[in-house]
Amino acid sequence: MEANGQVTTAGQLVKQRPRRQIRVKTWNRSTVVTRATLLILAGLTVYAFFSFDYKEIDFVQAMLATFANLKSMFLEPHLQRFTFGHALYQVLVTLGLAFLTTLFGAVIAVFFGLLAAENLSSKWVSSVVKGVVAFIRAVPTVLWVLIFAVAAGLGSVAAVIGMTFHSVSYLVKAYSESFEELDKGVIEALKASGAGWWQIIFQAVLPSSLTYMISWTFLRFEINFAVAVAMGAAAGAGGIGFDMFMASNFYLDIREIGAITYFILAVAILLEITAAKLKKRLT
Amino acid sequence: MQADFFAKKRRNSLAFLLALAGVTLIAIVVTEYDVAKGFTSVPDAVAWALGNFYPTQESLVKLPGIIDKLVETLLVSIAATTVGAAAALLFAILGSNTTRVNAFFGSISRGIATVFRNIDVAAWAMILLFSFGQSSLTGYFALFFGSFGFLTRSFVETIDEASSGSVEALRATGAGYFSIIFHSVIPSSMPQMISWVLFMIETNIRSATLIGLLTGSGIGFTFNLYYKSLNYDVAALVVLVIVAAILCIEAVSNYVRRVIL
Repeated sequence: MEANGQVTTAGQLVKQRPRRQIRVKTWNRSTVVTRATLLILAGLTVYAFFSFDYKEIDFVQAMLATFANLKSMFLEPHLQRFTFGHALYQVLVTLGLAFLTTLFGAVIAVFFGLLAAENLSSKWVSSVVKGVVAFIRAVPTVLWVLIFAVAAGLGSVAAVIGMTFHSVSYLVKAYSESFEELDKGVIEALKASGAGWWQIIFQAVLPSSLTYMISWTFLRFEINFAVAVAMGAAAGAGGIGFDMFMASNFYLDIREIGAITYFILAVAILLEITAAKLKKRLT
Repeated sequence: MQADFFAKKRRNSLAFLLALAGVTLIAIVVTEYDVAKGFTSVPDAVAWALGNFYPTQESLVKLPGIIDKLVETLLVSIAATTVGAAAALLFAILGSNTTRVNAFFGSISRGIATVFRNIDVAAWAMILLFSFGQSSLTGYFALFFGSFGFLTRSFVETIDEASSGSVEALRATGAGYFSIIFHSVIPSSMPQMISWVLFMIETNIRSATLIGLLTGSGIGFTFNLYYKSLNYDVAALVVLVIVAAILCIEAVSNYVRRVIL
């Protein structure tokens, strides 16, 4: 009887707990925000497609035309209005613009990066510099170039200075973050031994973050090359971008655009490979 | 011995500085950069901006139209980024060393992404202008191609970083390819991927301004219109509106990053 009773309780226990799947996902703030972000982005995307200004374009026809264009661009490129040597020289001009911008940007950014690093300057100075830099970064590069063009005239001066603004703000952020990673003990030890601010900078801060700074600077050089192409097109800064703009907007020559695209692609891929090699050698 | 070390170090830095100076000189000559003008034009520009480049009372009338164009540009940027991200996810899974089906498909998908990434969005805009004209779709596809290329590279790095260990472990237990992808790879790299997508949206709004200038659509066109007609007060208003929008989006994405990472 007793044994029987025990059996029934065991049976009841089994019945009371139906098989349930183990709950793998827990609802915490992080998952909620993740899902909300995904949902909002998806919703905005769907809304965007309904609100686009299509201007009565036949979508299928335009797609087919684009494919045809891409085909003649990449498979039948030609240079009609200038020679191979000229194109090579224009690529060099664009590289020159990118180089000058990166150099000026890096020099200025080292200084402001030191001011923006919280462990090297005061908290107050750091947040002021970071705020100004965030504002500068928020203005698109092309607008900086055009604003400077009013004072300096369209050309390489306006382009380099306008692009430098953006490079500085980008590099200040990157540099100051790598400065802030420096071990607190190193600075303290140097301070205790009586080293001045500049000595700390040159003997501890810069040597320890040099590899980071070089790879960030080279990355910015890569970006600046692409930006310089765009500025040549949009702000008359010269270089290969200007030729591309002319081929696209004035001569309507898709094949010449193809040839120019090959030039840009070759340089960009070369820079990317160099950057990867540089990164491997530094680390 | 020690003196030798410092002498060598000094020689190396001297050689580096000389090389840098040489390249700088070449760059200055090639680009016809006027160094003196470069220095004098900064104070000139600041003086001009303080004198002319600020919104006035009259320019505020144009604000509703500007906001309309801004919203259009924002939507184009977001739509291009999310669709680009979906395509990039597929290519990243095929291209990553930990999750690729085989080496052949891996290198093909990474090669496609490399080509798309290295043609700048401005170049894409000029290519697409031929068939799509001055519609939103030109900007949309240009941003889509650019985002797709960039996000594929970032996603490949994220997948390699976040899930190489767990993929190996799951493979050892005999889990199938798709369950590995959906239960391990995507969940573990999701936060980092969202962070990249948010970064891409910020970048795309700035690029959209440039594309608008080139193709005559969106907020970039609005700026160009007032800038070319010397209505600098309205142009300044456009710049401020863009800055406000980008700073808002940066704040939102910084909040999301803080919570999910």
